[in-house]
Amino acid sequence: MFAEYTASELTSIFAMQGFAGLILFSVFVLMALGLAIIFGQMGVINMAHGEFMILGAYITYLTSNLFSEYAQNLFSGYFFVAMLLAFMVTFALGALVEWAMIRHLYKRPLDTLLATWGLSLILQQLYRTVFGPREVGVTLPDWLMGSYPLTDMIEIPINGIFVMCITLVISVGVYFWMFKSRWGGQVRAVVQNREMAGAVGINTEKVDRITFALGCGIAGVAGSAFTMVGSTGPTSGQLYIVDTFLVVVFGGASSLLGTIASAFTISQAQSTMEFFLSGSMAKVLTLLVVVGILMLRPQGLFSLKIRK
Amino acid sequence: MSYGLRSFLPKNDMINILLLAVLIMVIFPLSMDIFRLNLVGKYLSYAFVALGLVLCWGYGGILSLGQGVFFGLGGYCMAMFLKLEASSPENTAIQSTPGIPDFMDWNQLTALPWFWEPFHSLSFTMIAIIAVPVIFAFIVSVAMFKRRVGGVYFAIITQAIAAILTILIIGQQGYTGGVNGITDLRTLKGWDIRTDEAKYILYFVCCALLIGSILVAQFVRKSKLGRLLVAMRDKEDRVRFSGYDVSNFKIFIFCLAAAFSALGGAMFTLQVGFMSPSFVGIVPSIEMVIFCAVGGRLSLLGAVYGTLLVNWAKTVFSESFPELWLFGLGALFIGVVLAFPNGLAGVYSTYVEPMLAKWLKSLKSARPPMPSSTADSRS
Repeated sequence: MFAEYTASELTSIFAMQGFAGLILFSVFVLMALGLAIIFGQMGVINMAHGEFMILGAYITYLTSNLFSEYAQNLFSGYFFVAMLLAFMVTFALGALVEWAMIRHLYKRPLDTLLATWGLSLILQQLYRTVFGPREVGVTLPDWLMGSYPLTDMIEIPINGIFVMCITLVISVGVYFWMFKSRWGGQVRAVVQNREMAGAVGINTEKVDRITFALGCGIAGVAGSAFTMVGSTGPTSGQLYIVDTFLVVVFGGASSLLGTIASAFTISQAQSTMEFFLSGSMAKVLTLLVVVGILMLRPQGLFSLKIRK
Repeated sequence: MSYGLRSFLPKNDMINILLLAVLIMVIFPLSMDIFRLNLVGKYLSYAFVALGLVLCWGYGGILSLGQGVFFGLGGYCMAMFLKLEASSPENTAIQSTPGIPDFMDWNQLTALPWFWEPFHSLSFTMIAIIAVPVIFAFIVSVAMFKRRVGGVYFAIITQAIAAILTILIIGQQGYTGGVNGITDLRTLKGWDIRTDEAKYILYFVCCALLIGSILVAQFVRKSKLGRLLVAMRDKEDRVRFSGYDVSNFKIFIFCLAAAFSALGGAMFTLQVGFMSPSFVGIVPSIEMVIFCAVGGRLSLLGAVYGTLLVNWAKTVFSESFPELWLFGLGALFIGVVLAFPNGLAGVYSTYVEPMLAKWLKSLKSARPPMPSSTADSRS
């Protein structure tokens, strides 16, 4: 399949597809980070994670409309406000869901899957009722438009770079929060031994609620970033949920580094193959390889060594 | 009755199965027109899947989110045979290549792909309907259970398999009919399956197969294997340390559930007259789990009633309030999981049955009291 291209063309193709893969990678990482916290740390399967992401996207859409209506001169900065709002709303909804639903189900992880699936159906229908079944997109401010020519064959879109910067900042933030802060230490303590954590005075219920809400909040930010590169519909979240779960499982559920590494592998493999094969076959092949590897190595790429 | 039969089919269970048989084979056909009855037949073909899920999820603790895959494989095997019969050279004379299914002709295929060839034979098809999904289930489950992958991971991987198969079927439309599926099925060995009479016969065949499957499932449940399954679900390590090879039992029960689903898929194709990837993917697979959960994940008959009830509600609601249906379904998921983890069967055996027993007792004190059948319908 490489025969009909020259060497320099191939380099450009790989560079361009690699960059497209990096954008996909950013979306995967942002979604998977939230999921890795919720699923990897708490063991809760949140099938509504995609819908939390879409909620963030819709909030960004609303904010952009609001700014273009009432504050045209501040429009270039609306995105940062939108991201903050998206985080706050999804964080609040996450805390509510944890309180109303998830906390009753910690001992039954498979049931969280069914209950959150129900939640995702309700949210989808809610979006359809409120925003209509059509996909919506946001208007990008001027400074995010256009692309940056690297060579005469390779062009790099600016919104892609921006999304990657956000991903980087959030990943670093989550890392410090999980591994360097006091809160993160408490979360890991609760995950490793709930009774003992409670015995030394950690409020485990509060830790659970904040952890879940934070995972949802990151999903909201992911949705906000997602509007930069794609349009949003009521069911857009569902398209990504299976991929994201595979990313988390493939990386080793309890390892943040593994999640990022597997998001990189999967997104690059998929976008490079997409150029040479049809889109659906590229996806099938990627997923098949991932499932195959998981059958050989069920604990994922990176795993903590623990006794079971 | 011999002791053996008694132990696998206690009186209570026998009465309940007979009641179900009377309901679906006498009351429904007498009270509904053929259109409604055909719908019930369609629901009953989902009940096969729910039945398999009771065994593998309720008893074995293995939640599979990919039962649609086996349902679809069974259905597609049946549909391939029917499609080949419907696209005989005489029927397809206007195509550029007569004798191949119409969607292949639209996709510029000029010869029948090799894997379609054996489906000219009905006996091969009958075997393939069960064998293909079971072999597939066997491969998946051996790879997973031998490595002690279970629980949540198994659920996610089966879900990914459902996604892969859907994308594959939709992507390869020249070989599979794509997103429309395999449509326009007409005859089975020259017997027109679209007439009312044929629909009645197929409905009764479906009912008979369902009752047969319930009996097989009941046999598994009451056998030593069934006890082992429950033991494995609750304390897997203890069973393993007692010297049992846990994975073999899991593989068996998963394959059995796949076989039930495939049977349901084939009956679906025959009664509805087409098969499409929308019955294979993630969404239908999870919906089938909810049929089982609503009925009661520990009750074989509950799963059948649950399937009928949820589908009936779906038909009624989506006819009159299409907007509300998804809200209702979502609330159903959450409500069943939070409030009634054992579904309708749980409600029945906790609330209705004691009342019923009391009433019967007061009605006829001479008659011996009914044994508490909590153990029968739930254990």
